[in-house]
Amino acid sequence: MTVKQLSVFLENKAGRLTELTRILGKAGINMTALSIADTSEFGIIRIVVSDPEKALQILKENNFSVNLTDVVCLTTANQAGALAEGLEVLSAEGISVEYMYAFSIGQQAFIILKTEDIYRTIEVLEKNNMHLLKATELYNI
Amino acid sequence: MIWNEKFETMPREEMREWQGQKLKEMVERIYYNVPLYRRKLQEMNILPEDIEGIDDLSRLPFTTKEDLRDNYPYGLFAVPMSEIIRIHASSGTTGKPTVVGYTRRDIAVWSEVVARILTSAGVERDDYIHVAYGYGLFTGGLGIHYGSEKVGATVIPISAGNTKKQLQLMEDLGSTILACTPSYALYLAETIEELNIKRDNLKLKIGIFGAEPWTNNMRKKVEELLNIKAIDIYGLSEIIGPGVASECEYQYGLHINEDHFIPEIIDPETLEVLPAGERGELVFTTVTKEGLPLLRYRTGDLSRLIYDKCRCGRSLVRMEKCLGRSDDMLIIRGVNVFPSQIESILLEMGETEPHYRLIVDRENNLDVLEVQVEVDDQFFSDEIKKLEQLSRKIRSNIQSTLGISVKVTLVEPRTFERSEGKTERVIDNRKLN
Repeated sequence: MTVKQLSVFLENKAGRLTELTRILGKAGINMTALSIADTSEFGIIRIVVSDPEKALQILKENNFSVNLTDVVCLTTANQAGALAEGLEVLSAEGISVEYMYAFSIGQQAFIILKTEDIYRTIEVLEKNNMHLLKATELYNI
Repeated sequence: MIWNEKFETMPREEMREWQGQKLKEMVERIYYNVPLYRRKLQEMNILPEDIEGIDDLSRLPFTTKEDLRDNYPYGLFAVPMSEIIRIHASSGTTGKPTVVGYTRRDIAVWSEVVARILTSAGVERDDYIHVAYGYGLFTGGLGIHYGSEKVGATVIPISAGNTKKQLQLMEDLGSTILACTPSYALYLAETIEELNIKRDNLKLKIGIFGAEPWTNNMRKKVEELLNIKAIDIYGLSEIIGPGVASECEYQYGLHINEDHFIPEIIDPETLEVLPAGERGELVFTTVTKEGLPLLRYRTGDLSRLIYDKCRCGRSLVRMEKCLGRSDDMLIIRGVNVFPSQIESILLEMGETEPHYRLIVDRENNLDVLEVQVEVDDQFFSDEIKKLEQLSRKIRSNIQSTLGISVKVTLVEPRTFERSEGKTERVIDNRKLN
């Protein structure tokens, strides 16, 4: 149930993000979701892509610092209070979120989550009848 | 194996006698043939006949890089130009290049001392020496070349540059010895990984690295990546080029060919000779050189001399691996900082590649040192806090070791150009006028 997310180290320099996306685009890799975390000097860009292994290899060849991180994708109804419900399940079990990003399409919301113990997170969410998306389902949204 | 048993294992007293005799002959030659030395000696009221032995060395005047520049190009040569058969020159990054000249006998001595250092590194007749030092005015390429031929090994004079082709030939020709600058060795190692060349296809066993300062940590990394023994050699064109000193198989200090190049360690401030074992500036007197004999030449390199007996059997004095230069030294808010110290700190942390750059600036009349470090792919974390911890750890390790606070900036891999010669580690933007 884990999703392989691409994480890339980027300096805060004009044009780097453009370069990164152009490299992925040329390689025919599509991005499903993307978020950027930044500090005053550098940023980490986190991306869910159609072919994470290929993307990893291509970015390495282009001298990026990059790795694959296991995350989960929770889906809920696109309505008020739905996210809180999911997060309550985690906090009740003492699981804290390291980072997350989300998007919604029509009736559905998608939440990509990173926690310290991703397998326990999956166990807890499934036990509470939360719906998790498989990697292939997410890539094909 | 020892190339020249007589001189390399000569008892101390005998060596001192030899050095004293050669020094006397040298002072006589330069007094009569080099106007600068005649003037310097006359100013100090020293006549050639006053020199009785090696103990008189410390009375004699120094020679500096400025002396060479002021007498550019041939002013300090001690023989007519008809006797000079070769010219080399230093790169001259800070001013005019330094020009050096060799007589036929100087070239023979050079080949001899390089044959000695190659032998002490473990090179034999059966070896294939991949000489990736630059050929040309730089002494590295041709210096190692002539010594290798003297040993009888097979020389592959590939010179620097065109890395992919180098690796192809290294594989095809079965090079066993790699001679180049340590930073180029590291670059080659990285390229081998990038190109997915199987280490087993290469026959390399020994690296002969010099011409720029490098740390023991960098040595470990090169030895590990290339699976070779990395030998540190020392030389500078003013003295002869490569061949001045080299490590033996025990890799603990570099044996100086002191029957040709007499070493001293001085305090760079007071210019007094320091007692054996103390650290200071390395000074050489080239007692057998004909073309460009130099009296007490100040190298600017910091080291110390080790007179203890070496397990390899050589009695030649050893110099400690040079880890800094008096002119590389940065003074940051009054604190002496050597780039090599920062390199050691980074490498000890084991989390960063030895690729860094130091940027010195002056803000509001205060010196500011920025340490830019390339983020290594294997330690890279997708968590901001871990990267921030790394940056703080580098900062605090530098603070606790050197006593200065620095700004640490993490940069992307390959930000700094990999040089095929010497690497530029420091950018000093301070305008001191």
